[in-house]
Amino acid sequence: MKNIAHSPMGLPEPIIVTPAHVADGYWRGVLGRLMQDRLTVLSCGILLIMLIVIVFAPVFAPYSPTDGSIARRLRPVGTPGHLLGTDELGRDMLSRMIYGGRFSWFIGITPVALALLIGGSLGIVAGFFGGTTNMVIMRVTDVFYAFPSVLLAVAISGALGAGLGNTILSLTIVFIPPIIRVAESVTTGVRNLDYIEAARASGASASSLVRIQVLPNVLGPIFVYATGLVSISMIIASGLSFLGLGVTPPNAEWGLMLNTLRSAIYSQPLIASLPGLCIFVTSICFNLASDGLRTAMDVRA
Amino acid sequence: MLEYTLKRIAYTIPIGLAVSLVCFMLVHISPGDPIDSIVPPDTPTEVIEQIRAEYGLDRPLPVQYGLWLSRALQGDFGESISKGRPIGPDLWVATKNSLMLAAFGATLGFVIGCVLGGAAGAFRDSWIDKLCLGIALFGVSVPHYWLGMVLVIIFSVQLNLLPSMGMGPTGPWAWDWDHLRFLVLPAVTLSLIPAGLVTRTVRGLVSDIMGQDYITTLRGKGLRTSGIVLHVIKNAAPTTLAVMGLQLASLLGGSILVEAVFAWPGTGMLLNNAIFQRDLPVLQATTLVLAFFFVFLNLIVDLAQTALDPRMRRT
Amino acid sequence: MNMASPATAASPTPLVRARDLCVSFATPRATVNAVNGVNLDLAQGESLCILGESGSGKSVTLRALMRLNPPKRTVVTGELNVANQDVMQMTQAQLSQYRGPVVSMIFQEPLSALDPVFTIGHQIAEAIVRHEGISRKAARARALSLLELVQIPSAARRLGAYPHELSGGLRQRAMIAMALSCNPRLLLADEPTTALDATVQIQILLLLRKLQRELGMGVIFVTHDIGVASEVADRVAVMYGGRVVEEAPVEILIRSPRHPYTSGLLGATVHAGTRGTRLTTIPGAPPDLAELPAGCAFAPRCTRAEPGCHKAVPPLLEVTAGHHVRCPVVCPARIQAPINV
Repeated sequence: MKNIAHSPMGLPEPIIVTPAHVADGYWRGVLGRLMQDRLTVLSCGILLIMLIVIVFAPVFAPYSPTDGSIARRLRPVGTPGHLLGTDELGRDMLSRMIYGGRFSWFIGITPVALALLIGGSLGIVAGFFGGTTNMVIMRVTDVFYAFPSVLLAVAISGALGAGLGNTILSLTIVFIPPIIRVAESVTTGVRNLDYIEAARASGASASSLVRIQVLPNVLGPIFVYATGLVSISMIIASGLSFLGLGVTPPNAEWGLMLNTLRSAIYSQPLIASLPGLCIFVTSICFNLASDGLRTAMDVRA
Repeated sequence: MLEYTLKRIAYTIPIGLAVSLVCFMLVHISPGDPIDSIVPPDTPTEVIEQIRAEYGLDRPLPVQYGLWLSRALQGDFGESISKGRPIGPDLWVATKNSLMLAAFGATLGFVIGCVLGGAAGAFRDSWIDKLCLGIALFGVSVPHYWLGMVLVIIFSVQLNLLPSMGMGPTGPWAWDWDHLRFLVLPAVTLSLIPAGLVTRTVRGLVSDIMGQDYITTLRGKGLRTSGIVLHVIKNAAPTTLAVMGLQLASLLGGSILVEAVFAWPGTGMLLNNAIFQRDLPVLQATTLVLAFFFVFLNLIVDLAQTALDPRMRRT
Repeated sequence: MNMASPATAASPTPLVRARDLCVSFATPRATVNAVNGVNLDLAQGESLCILGESGSGKSVTLRALMRLNPPKRTVVTGELNVANQDVMQMTQAQLSQYRGPVVSMIFQEPLSALDPVFTIGHQIAEAIVRHEGISRKAARARALSLLELVQIPSAARRLGAYPHELSGGLRQRAMIAMALSCNPRLLLADEPTTALDATVQIQILLLLRKLQRELGMGVIFVTHDIGVASEVADRVAVMYGGRVVEEAPVEILIRSPRHPYTSGLLGATVHAGTRGTRLTTIPGAPPDLAELPAGCAFAPRCTRAEPGCHKAVPPLLEVTAGHHVRCPVVCPARIQAPINV
């Protein structure tokens, strides 16, 4: 019924990589093209450094993210001992940013990974079997598509209440429908290609068709689409914390820090905006990496 | 054409029902007894049971849903727990305010997106293209609530040019600078998302159209550039307007974060307060109204697109 | 490149005169040499057919006559005069004056070559308004008479139709009407019947031949179908690897082809004369235009190639009056002096 690629509230428009028949050396070719794309390499490098820093947070963070003294509150950037200053409760900003990255990455990436697993499976099932199965899955998907994604995330986590698990659950629900749509359309496309028709005609069973012919050709495009969702997922996840719905104090999370530091925009505007800068940089790097991956995988390009 | 229109309208009814069911279930997925969100914690048991019966919460779920929906369709969304007064009037005012903000944001984003996307598509792979794509990437990657804060820091705190909170002097809204200046920062912030998406869409459309055979035909007819641009615009218009319509609808519900930053008294603020005070009836009602709006605008967009594009009028 | 040539020529100047026309495209990987020194002459009212496989450079040559190849990536060199105008020297503004009233083109696939969101009437009328500055209403009336000229039934109703609402044959007729809208002196047709059903093909060809005779236009056809060529052309030029390898009046070419490639092409085509004989195929594949061989482009596939064929590109020589062949084996250079080199 839809005439156009429908993208509710900032979800990347589903530009679907053409399902190509994956041949030997395809992935090596993708990697080769990826390595030649300097912008993609750069953004992947930044993401890798961030990942290392937040995984080994205790090594890199000079202080505990939750201990501080009101006496040392809102010290400016560059204060000796506090490279990035201190927050409104006197906690070290650098340490909080590093530990905050753990939560921000976790609540940003987990929903997409879960949605990829669930939505990807449902979409492939819908696309492969068609008929009634397809109808049921796609009509239910339509219902969730009828909500703007931020509204859906806020409504569900608002009803469930604050907390890490609830945030992840609500975002997973938001991302399942678009992934189902992409998985379904890619699978349907592959299923109708001549070589699948030929394999079917030669008597291949449904399970071996899926395993040998369909999966290798549809997983790539679905994965690429999902990587494009990570950026928006991080923005919404941190946004939920910003609203007080996600990670709860005293834990550090970039969106939450942005919220609690709002009172400091008059005295320490730089510190108040730092956590948002982290979300921004992460989000833009994920977008660039995803774009690069899509270009590298698109055989037509 | 008529058949498609009727079919498309008919399809909206089950979607609308399903959407209302999801909204209805919001109260029931919330942990604990729904009654707890209605009555104060120290209410005696017999009073609780009395209220339960009054609200119909002792009836089976499908009956509750039917009652709730039929009341909601008549504009009765129940009472706000935190304010103790009917939700309807507050929700109406908030929706109007959000609609105004979303309309400004979406229009601004649309204009920016068309200009950038058109330039990028026409000069594909040039530096203009790269610049426009960079701006679009910024638009879709920036956490808009953070951008709102940065704009407040620059234009309100540092330069003292524009107000950062609310929608102006008390009293009714008026279309003068005293009121409009309150709209500037939130609208600019909000415009960034549609600007980024529209830029990408229009760029794709324009560069795709410029590569079509019929553009070569037009050049072969000796048309001037202005004549060719007319063809590009008319070909790109249906999809662009559809994206724009959907963005307007999304912004209406998605502006919650921006409204929170700027304390704009719209549905976002309403939701924000409802979440803060665990006022589930307000959360439910606001979500329902916004989702209905989204479904309705989707319908309008589909019909308008079909009407605009002769290729789709076949059925 | 000089404008003096009309004055010096004794005979009436031809409608089209191209000398050493070369077209190359820059792609990220390589430079593709699509056309490598084509000479063409066409008199007013004459009909020439360029015959070749895909990738022979025939469509590119045709587009080069209108300078219609994508301007950014294309390099066109050589001499090109059409209707006493130096096309190579034209600015974009002059080109837009030239396209339409002097030369116009019919494209292969009318469905993609017509703008889907404008009516047929609008698309014909806009060219007339552009070039003749008459009112929209008058232009629409002209469009109607053009649709009648190309024998579209209930033309008045089709004026308001969108391209997808017409059948393939009617679409191509509308395309022809559009090409004729500004009374061009030269009509170019890029495989105008390839996308059509066989029965419709004949009708379109007959229509084109009739229009050409009535309107006295010069016509250059591009096709891979020798049957089409024999139907409409006065003269045929066979292209291979971006060069003309043989050129002759149509009856001569079909009756006695000289170049091994032309013979192969005729041998691979079914027509009435081939009944009972085995169809032959040309072994190998067309050359890679990014890496053309130093000698004759056809030599690697040619059964009669000699060592000399691989060394240098043979000249185009006249074997009998009006019959030119670019092959040193069938037409040794010592017999005739080269022409037009």
